[in-house]
Amino acid sequence: MDPLIVFLQAVVSGISIGCIYALVALGFVLIYKATEVVNFAQGELMMVGAFFAYTLVDLGGVPFVPGVLLALLATAAFGVILNHLLLRPLIGSPAFTIVLATVAVSTLLRAVVAMIPGWGVETHRLSNPLAGQVVPIGKLVVSAEHLMVIAVTVVLVGALYLFFSLARVGVALQATSQNQLAAGYSGIDIRRMFGLIWGISAAVAALAGVLLAPAAFVHVNMGYIGLKAFPAAVLGGFGSLPGAVVGGLIIGVVEELAGLYAPEGVKNVAAYVVLLAVLMVRPQGLFGISKRVRV
Amino acid sequence: MALLELRNVEAYYGPIAALKGVTLDVNEGAIVAVLGANGAGKTTLLKAISGALDPEAGTIRFAGAEIQKRAAWDVAAAGIAHVPEGREVFRHLSVADNLKMGGFLRRDAGGLAADLERIFGYFPALRARVREMAGNLSGGEQQMVAIGRALMARPRLILLDEPSLGLSPLLVQEIYRIIGRVKADSGVAMLLVEQNAKMALDVADSGYVLEGGRIVLAGSAERLRSNEDVKEFYLGIRDAGVRGVRRWKRRKQWR
Ligand SMILES: Nc1ncnc2c1ncn2[C@@H]1O[C@H](COP(=O)(O)OP(=O)(O)OP(=O)(O)O)[C@@H](O)[C@H]1O
Ligand SMILES: [Mg+2]
Repeated sequence: MDPLIVFLQAVVSGISIGCIYALVALGFVLIYKATEVVNFAQGELMMVGAFFAYTLVDLGGVPFVPGVLLALLATAAFGVILNHLLLRPLIGSPAFTIVLATVAVSTLLRAVVAMIPGWGVETHRLSNPLAGQVVPIGKLVVSAEHLMVIAVTVVLVGALYLFFSLARVGVALQATSQNQLAAGYSGIDIRRMFGLIWGISAAVAALAGVLLAPAAFVHVNMGYIGLKAFPAAVLGGFGSLPGAVVGGLIIGVVEELAGLYAPEGVKNVAAYVVLLAVLMVRPQGLFGISKRVRV
Repeated sequence: MALLELRNVEAYYGPIAALKGVTLDVNEGAIVAVLGANGAGKTTLLKAISGALDPEAGTIRFAGAEIQKRAAWDVAAAGIAHVPEGREVFRHLSVADNLKMGGFLRRDAGGLAADLERIFGYFPALRARVREMAGNLSGGEQQMVAIGRALMARPRLILLDEPSLGLSPLLVQEIYRIIGRVKADSGVAMLLVEQNAKMALDVADSGYVLEGGRIVLAGSAERLRSNEDVKEFYLGIRDAGVRGVRRWKRRKQWR
């Protein structure tokens, strides 16, 4: 086959998986920006979202699109409740305590999901209306699933952008993340904003889970993809939403190309190699604001 | 009944008492100054009123209701706006969005638009920079944003924490001229915390002197201006003594 086509094929599937990293990374960054908590349970929120979708669509027989939308809502509610039960009581604790609490939540979620009958530790297939379909673009043959992932990500990122820059509550979320004191003085209920951001972040994670399901199935350990999304967020400058998206895309594409051209095994560490290389040149990440102290 | 009434308010940072029983009134439509040196507890006093800090003891009544246990956003909803020390603008939001957030609790689009125009009337410099990120503005412009943001809430009481801090003398005069205009236009009450006693007493109706978390002096602005201790410690004026004489001589030489 034409090497150029092979290359392009890898780039497209890299962008597609990169979109999923980007969505999980977006979830990390949203919560971090608003609450200064690094939520290590982000990957598990994605896993829970995928299980909700699987339950509604495949076990419950709800049609695909409404089933997925319901799953997103349910995961959002789950995120809000998690924040309420777990993180709100910890407000004021040292950052380290809170971060460890999110690690505990991630372990707990995996354990609980493994015990639920019908979910368990088996892999499940989320039925998918686009399964097996391909779209030819010139000589390129692209799977419809990949295109779907890319299209949904573009729409979601656009919608988030409009929400945060135009909607009254979206701007208030930004204000809260920039200056909690002044936000409170302006009449913005900070606790409600934290709940909202957990809800949005969980829904974005659930969407990532649904988009990932055709490639990786629904499984209790699918949340480990967070280990790839985390470097994506750091690469983008942790705290920058566009940075999270670009970081995710870069890691997805580099991984795919490494799988194609580099020796066996390089693909698995490619994300971290890219991260280290970028951080050596730009310690604040691609989109981060430099905070380096002059010594 | 005063609009704002503090009775024996005490506040602590851990074991350290920052307010040791403060009693103070602000009447509807009045400007009340609180003077005090660094560390006197001025900022703590304003934070206790606006709910950023829960007082340990005492009561704070606003428009008849006790507010000392309320969260900051509920105090804001009750009609108190806070222009904090150090301005605290939303650095990565535009000037327009900063002002919009000031009116977060309001739904009357017409009234908000009118208030925005009024604020641009007070601070023409802001109209020119309305799309700029607030963090890129000068200190004086950020102070204007912070005051504008408070006005957008259309409050009954504004708390102002050292609005003159770090500004050039010319800008300080400008800010105080606007504070006077706002009072004349809207009759909103203000509690004004300052180290710049001269500016504060010129615009205020009455005042308090805070020292080590206690009110040590209270009275009309006029009375405070003529009080010997206030003159000496806050206005930098001495009538008698060697230093006073020297200063007088120096002045004569300069003229
Ligand atoms: N976060 C804090 N933790 C511990 N102590 C504090 C804290 N903030 C203020 N204090 C102490 O409380 C006292 C009152 O502080 P406050 O900030 O209210 O003073 P201020 O009158 O506003 O001073 P300035 O004119 O310097 O702004 C000071 O002794 C200060 O050291
Ligand atoms: Mg202060």
